[in-house]
Amino acid sequence: MTRYTSATPDDRAEMLAAIGVESTADLFAQIPEPLRLGRPLALPAGMGEAEVYERLAALAARNADCEEQVCFLGAGMYDHYVPAIVDAITQRSEFLTPYTPYQPEISQGGLQAMFEFQTAMSELTALPVSNAGLYEGPSSVASAAYLALGATKDRRRFVVSRGVHPHSRETLATYSAGFGTEIEEVGLEGGVTDAAALAEAVDGETAAVFLQSPNFLGAIEDVEMLGAVAKQHGALLIVAVDPMTLGVLRPPGECGADIALGEGQPLGNRLDFGGPSFGFFCGSEELIRKMPGRIAGETDDADGRRGFVLALQTREQHIRREKATHNICTAQALNALAATIHLAWLGRKGFRELGELLVRRTAYARDRLAAVQGVELLHDAPVAREFALRLDAPVDRVLDRCAERGIAAGYPLGREYSEYEDGLLVAITERRTREQIDALVDALGAAVAAEAVTV
Amino acid sequence: MNQQDEQVLTIFEKSKPGRRAAVLPAAEVPEPPLEELIPAKLLREQPPRLPEVAEPEIVRHYNRLSRRNFDLDTGFYPLGSCTMKHNPRLNERVAALPGHARLHPAQDPKRAQGALELMWLLQESLAEICGLPHVSLQPSAGSHGELAGLLLTRAFHADRGEARTKVLAPDTSHGTNPASVTMAGYEIVKVATDERGGVEIDDLRAKVDDEVACLMLTNPNTLGLFDENIAEMAAMIHAVGGTLYYDGANLNAVMGQSRPGDMGFDIVHVNLHKSFSQPHGGGGPGAGPIAVSDRIEPFLPRPQVVRRESGNGSGPNYDLDHDRPKSIGRLRGFQGNFGVFVRSYAYILSLGADGLAEASETAVLNANYLKARLAEGRAGRYTPVAFDRHCMHEFVLSGKPMKKELGIATLDLAKRLLDFDFHPPTVYFPLLVEEALMIEPTETETKESLDAFTEAIEQILAEAEVDPEKAKQAPYTTPVRRLDEVKATRKPVVRQPLG
Repeated sequence: MTRYTSATPDDRAEMLAAIGVESTADLFAQIPEPLRLGRPLALPAGMGEAEVYERLAALAARNADCEEQVCFLGAGMYDHYVPAIVDAITQRSEFLTPYTPYQPEISQGGLQAMFEFQTAMSELTALPVSNAGLYEGPSSVASAAYLALGATKDRRRFVVSRGVHPHSRETLATYSAGFGTEIEEVGLEGGVTDAAALAEAVDGETAAVFLQSPNFLGAIEDVEMLGAVAKQHGALLIVAVDPMTLGVLRPPGECGADIALGEGQPLGNRLDFGGPSFGFFCGSEELIRKMPGRIAGETDDADGRRGFVLALQTREQHIRREKATHNICTAQALNALAATIHLAWLGRKGFRELGELLVRRTAYARDRLAAVQGVELLHDAPVAREFALRLDAPVDRVLDRCAERGIAAGYPLGREYSEYEDGLLVAITERRTREQIDALVDALGAAVAAEAVTV
Repeated sequence: MNQQDEQVLTIFEKSKPGRRAAVLPAAEVPEPPLEELIPAKLLREQPPRLPEVAEPEIVRHYNRLSRRNFDLDTGFYPLGSCTMKHNPRLNERVAALPGHARLHPAQDPKRAQGALELMWLLQESLAEICGLPHVSLQPSAGSHGELAGLLLTRAFHADRGEARTKVLAPDTSHGTNPASVTMAGYEIVKVATDERGGVEIDDLRAKVDDEVACLMLTNPNTLGLFDENIAEMAAMIHAVGGTLYYDGANLNAVMGQSRPGDMGFDIVHVNLHKSFSQPHGGGGPGAGPIAVSDRIEPFLPRPQVVRRESGNGSGPNYDLDHDRPKSIGRLRGFQGNFGVFVRSYAYILSLGADGLAEASETAVLNANYLKARLAEGRAGRYTPVAFDRHCMHEFVLSGKPMKKELGIATLDLAKRLLDFDFHPPTVYFPLLVEEALMIEPTETETKESLDAFTEAIEQILAEAEVDPEKAKQAPYTTPVRRLDEVKATRKPVVRQPLG
């Protein structure tokens, strides 16, 4: 027995007798002998709970987390405060341990939570239909592309702004190898998508146009103006958004987006070194039967009582198989629940106030950092919660110096954009106080001065 | 769980203007009107109509909702193909450590050495369990792993200057297999099942040609049976240059007993939320790492976690390798579902080599015991096992005689089980068994709970002999009765209308 199994020797004897075999080896006899491992796995022996805890705690201690460092890293995932009730509720067995709600009569809690999530995301994006969640942000972009191929029939081209998250663009390219589609990238001008180049790139073969706002450089895109060209050519307009900015920024549904999607982590989810989180996916009414993923719907029970079920299952892989709208099964339900609780906790006013706070602290940080010797703005387009700088010194060396002072100063843009080798992306959350921003200004100033490229 | 008399309201319906839970920090910085910072045309006029509720009501609302869910921590959950095994709470505790939970994914690898080492250790462990040398943890779920495997197959053939068109899968396969095949740009070709529940080898032989890119299988298969012809099938596929893909949904039957790599598979996905105890969360999150053979390795997703010897005596260090020219690219953002990796690695450490083998052994023992018990009495008569031989970790019954003789369908039996506080088995899958009931007890159930399940089935069937209506109208004790799913699809209401 391990601590998770309970078959005592007596149990085993009774069970084997009921089966009518001598030993469990008789049950494994169906595996041809050459295919049996015949040796123990080359893994350590099992450990007690305390020992496992210590082992994992020792590994965790070798990571510079956001309690140890003041974190100005963003690039799609952000160090927001997650309220205590999120942990308390999502750790309840009733939410943590069930499977997908295939038996709705005993899954009303999870299904109603999905329905509330869909309502909240539909409100945020100002689009009428939301699904219950996808894996995470970048793969949601690729999923939207798959939808667009189905919705526009024979079209085989995507036009993508270079302001879309590099991970999203790369994921889209990976999936496109299977779709048999080509991708045309449109560059940035002054921090935002080059409108003339975009208009040039979109044609009657284009299935979808992809924008992100705020884009990867933090700049707010004029989605309505840029997206008009998609409409002209009958392509879908797909817009990735940062959900935390939607209390203050004009929502994609008011800017002509057919689909709005994005990385859900900022809403109630931990950083977790990148996951698990969830992707949200909202669309227009016409697209409801083409959507990927689970969708909860309201209905009645046999006694006329209100209830919830998984709706429109005929789109899904377990019914439609090779003709399904997608292969996905998960809804990242627990992560979506965390988002729903976080949004309820923030509430209508708090969500707006948080957006305003982010914009104002970001403006303060951007102004102060731009005034530092050897630092300038990479673009001066309007921003919400993240902005890009150029440094007059090697970015990695500057970041190392800031790390020595306990600050993760930002994301080095050169990792993804060869044209911005000197670029630094700085993100602000409500956890970044004025004092911490001032400390960043000092640390970055000192680091740039020390590492400045001398001519 | 019985709350039938309660009026169900959503959190939006509990909203009242002026109430709130969050108290935000003061700005501490100048507070100009937003229009001075962002052009008005880019700003939102009305905030989204989120609920206005104070903290006590939010807590009460979601606690009450939680009580309208059945869950694994409360009762037996023999959902076939889903491996509903115990979710150790230790794993939640270690995943919540700030060094894991509050680690930013873009942290410089040199300041995330513990996380990268953990990922590397998990990769090594899964490689050993699967019998394949290379692992990518990136796929977010089993279906994502399938898509990854098919894109790897595509890249593998393209690298040899070939563009193949077909992917073979048994008619018993999970729905994600054909859906993934289509997404990867291939055509699915179904292979028949023989009278012993395995792949019909002659049908396979007839369909294997040089247009076949890949054969997708689970082994044990969806009927819970080990396909003893696997070596022959692998040879057949490899002879025409195809790849062999292992859907790891049923890996819980064979950990430490038999390895997909040794069976001849090139690519395996592992459901960390099945065999490796990540909680299912009511529909996610999970993770679907893939293990591959040497010939597939060059094409693995980017970035890959690597271990490098420092050479200066300070021990190895870990990094993210992006420089992989033949890679299929990224499948998602950042490094994967790290929080799931922590839980699954904690599980592997807890059980160890011996414990993992024992887990599979006990899973197989439990399944065969439950199958034997259900062969007795009324269950044996009305819901016989579909393929009568020793099973691995799960088995499939057919409710066909029950439907014919008692007039109750598998769905009715499933719904009546809800009144006995059991989660029903997977129903109507696999498709080739009429009125199928697919039962997977897992190793973490006691003999007592298996006996109690057997007794509940017996009782329901006995009751149906005298009063079949009882099952047909079930359930009675759940928060709601049977729901109108047709209405929800015909006239979908998928969000709350707000005034």
